[in-house]
Amino acid sequence: MSSDELRERARSALASQKRPTITVLSSLLAAHDELGYLPNEAVEEVAAFTDASINDVWGVATFYTNFRFTPPAANTVEVCWGPVCHLLAAPAILKDLLEDLGLSGEGDTEDGRVSLKYNTCLGACSQAPVISVNHRLHGRMSSEAVRSRVAGLSADSH
Amino acid sequence: MTQFSDLTERADERWRERVAGDRPWVRIGTAMCGHAAGALDVVDAVRAEIDSRGIDANVDEVGCIGLCYAEPLVDVLKPDGSRVFFQRVSPEDVSTVIGDYLEKGAIDPDHALGYLGDDPVEGLTDLNTLPGMRFQQRIALRNAGHIAPDDLYQYIANDGYLGLSKALFEMQPPDVIDEMKASGLRGRGGAGFPTGVKWSFMVNSPGPRKYILCNCEEGDPGAYNDKGILESDPHTLLEGVTLAGYATGATNGIVFIRHGHDGPISRTEKAIEQAYEAGLLGQDILGSGFSFDIEVSLTGESYVAGEETALMESIEGKRSMPRFKPPFPAAFGVWGRPSTVNNVKSLSYAPQIIARGGEWFKSIGPEKCTGTVIICLTGDVKYPGMYEVPMGLPLGQVIEEVGGGTPSGKPVKMVQLGGPLGHLLDHKCLEYGLDFDDMSKNGAMLGSGGVIVGDEDRCAVDMTRVLVAFCQYESCGKCFPCRLGMTHLLELIEGIADNEATSEQIDLMNSIGRTMEAASLCFHGQLGYNPLRSAITNFPDDFRSHIDEKRCPTGDCDEPLLAPRNTRPLAEDLREGLIPLQAV
Repeated sequence: MSSDELRERARSALASQKRPTITVLSSLLAAHDELGYLPNEAVEEVAAFTDASINDVWGVATFYTNFRFTPPAANTVEVCWGPVCHLLAAPAILKDLLEDLGLSGEGDTEDGRVSLKYNTCLGACSQAPVISVNHRLHGRMSSEAVRSRVAGLSADSH
Repeated sequence: MTQFSDLTERADERWRERVAGDRPWVRIGTAMCGHAAGALDVVDAVRAEIDSRGIDANVDEVGCIGLCYAEPLVDVLKPDGSRVFFQRVSPEDVSTVIGDYLEKGAIDPDHALGYLGDDPVEGLTDLNTLPGMRFQQRIALRNAGHIAPDDLYQYIANDGYLGLSKALFEMQPPDVIDEMKASGLRGRGGAGFPTGVKWSFMVNSPGPRKYILCNCEEGDPGAYNDKGILESDPHTLLEGVTLAGYATGATNGIVFIRHGHDGPISRTEKAIEQAYEAGLLGQDILGSGFSFDIEVSLTGESYVAGEETALMESIEGKRSMPRFKPPFPAAFGVWGRPSTVNNVKSLSYAPQIIARGGEWFKSIGPEKCTGTVIICLTGDVKYPGMYEVPMGLPLGQVIEEVGGGTPSGKPVKMVQLGGPLGHLLDHKCLEYGLDFDDMSKNGAMLGSGGVIVGDEDRCAVDMTRVLVAFCQYESCGKCFPCRLGMTHLLELIEGIADNEATSEQIDLMNSIGRTMEAASLCFHGQLGYNPLRSAITNFPDDFRSHIDEKRCPTGDCDEPLLAPRNTRPLAEDLREGLIPLQAV
C-alpha cells in the first residue's frame, strides 16, 4: 500500500470514530483496527488529528502490547500462555506450533502466512487450552488440533 | 416522556411472547466460554436447521449460565413444557439433537444435561440439582444464560431497572448510599472496601462533572467473570452504574474494557444504545430530573491499566501508568474531575440491593463479608465454570462439590488464588472460607475470583514461573524496583526451574521481593512477589528437588518457559529519525 493510501485510510478511520471521547489511544486503536498495524503515516495522522506531538503518540503506541508496527501476515494466531492454559498443555502446543511455523518466538512466518502472538489471557479459561485464529476463539485444544487448524490457513488475506 | 410503566408493559408482553407464546424458544450460550467451545457455528447451524425444517421458533443468543464445561450449551423451551438443556452440542449434532427435539420431542441422551421448570422431564435431572448449580445463589448473575443480553425488554421483564426506578422516584441520593452501606457490600475488585462508603466520598466533591468509572480491564489470567457479566447481562451493570451516579451526584459513567474482547464490548455498547432509546440514560431519565450519560472506553493491552489511577490515564489516552495518591480519585480523578472507580461485580449487585433492600443482601454470607462471590473455577477440575456462591463456603467444598474435584481423582495439590499478584496455596487452603476476611486471616487473598486448581502431578515451580513471567511482562516500568525486580526474579525462578540455582538464590529473591514491596508505587510492584513467596513457603519440597536434587519432581519444568520477552519497544528502535526531544 502506498504511503498516501495508508494516510488516507488512517485519516478516514480517525474521523469515523463513534465513541464520544476521542484521545490519542482511541485514535491509535482505530487506526490499528483499520490497517492491522501502525505505520509511521498512521502515527503522524494520529498526532495531527489529536493535536499531540509525534513523540507523545509514539510514547502511547509503544506502551500497549497489542500494537504492532509492521504489516501483519495474512492470518493472526494467538496462543494463550496464561496459567490455566499453561497448566493444561499450552507449552506443548506452543512448542509444536513454533516448530511447524519455523519460528523461535512471537513473530511472522517468512511466507507471510501467519503472525504468531502470545496472549496473556484470552478470557475463556474454562475452555483451556485456548487459541485465537483471526479473532475467533478455539478452546479445548490439543497440539494436533492446533497444528491442523493452522496448517489449513491460507496464505491469502482472510 | 417515557414512563417506567410503559417500559414494563412492553417488557411483560415481550416476555409472555417468549415463555408463554405458541412458539418454542431456543437459547444458545455465546459468551466467551461458549464462543471458544464453538457456539458461534452452532448458532448458524440452529438457525439453518429451523429454516430447513420450517419450524417457527424464537432463537436468542444468551450469556453464560455458569456451566462452562457443558458449552456449547443449547436449551429449548417448548410451549407448555419445561426447558431442556443440551450440552456439548456441535454444529453436526444440531440436526439430531435440536432439530429432532423440536419436531418430534426426541431427547438425545448423549447430549441431554437436565431440565428447568415445574414439569419434570422423563429421564432428565432437574438442572438445579447438578453439582454446578446446587450451591449457587445468583444475584449479579441472576439473568446470565436466561435472557438475551441484547434485549432490553427481557431484562426489564425480569425486574430490570426496578431498582433504578425505585431510587429515582422513592429515594433521595443519601438513602441510596445508606442502603448500600446497610447491605455491607464490599468492593469485588480485590481490595474489599465497602462500596457504600466509597460512594459517599464523592458526594461532596464539587461538580459540574463527576464520573463513575467501571473497571472491566480484567487482565487477570484465570478470571473472566467481569467480562461474563457484560456479555450475559450488560443492563444489570448499566443500571448499577446509573444508581452509583444518582447516589454520588455524578454526571457521567465510563465502562472501561480492554480492546479485543469483542463480545463484551459490542454487547455493552448495544445495551447503552438501547438504554438511551428507552429514556433510561441521557437527559431527565424517566422524567425524574436526573440526567446521566454512559460511554465505553477501550484500553490497549496493559495489565496495570486495571489499577484505578492508571485506568484514568488510559481513559485520557495516555500510557497507563499509576499516579501518585493523594490526590485521591474522589477529589481529582479522570480529566481532573471527581471520580469513583468500581469493579463490574460490585456495581452489578447494586440494582438488586436497591430493589430488595440492603438487609436482604446482608442476610447472605458471613456478617462482615456479605453477599455472594463470583468465581471462575478452572484448571484441574472436572466442571470448570463461572459460579456465584454465597461468601464463606470452604474452598475445598467448592472445588469438590461444585467443581467435581480433579478429573484424575488425585488430591488437590495447589490452588492459585487472587490472580497473578495473589498466592499459590497448598492443600491447607481447602479449609479456608471463600471470603475476604478468612482469606486474609490465612495470608491469602480473594482477588477478582480466579480459582486455578492443580492436582498432585503439577510442579509448583512451573506454575510459579508462569506467574512471575506474567508480572514481569506486565510491569508498566514506572518504578524501578518493580521493573528491574520482576526481571531479576524471573531470571532467578527460571534458574531454579532449569535446576541451575543454589539455595542462596532464595535469599536473594526474598531481598528483591522486600524491596519491591517497600518501594513500588502500586500493587503491581507491592504484591508482585506474592506468588513466589507463597510458593517457596508452601511447596518447599518442589523447590528443594530443583535446587538440591537438580530435577523437576513432575517433569513440568523440563522444557523452557515460552513467554514473551522484552516488551514495550523503544520508539527509537522502530522509527529512524524520531524527532529529538528538544525540537518538540
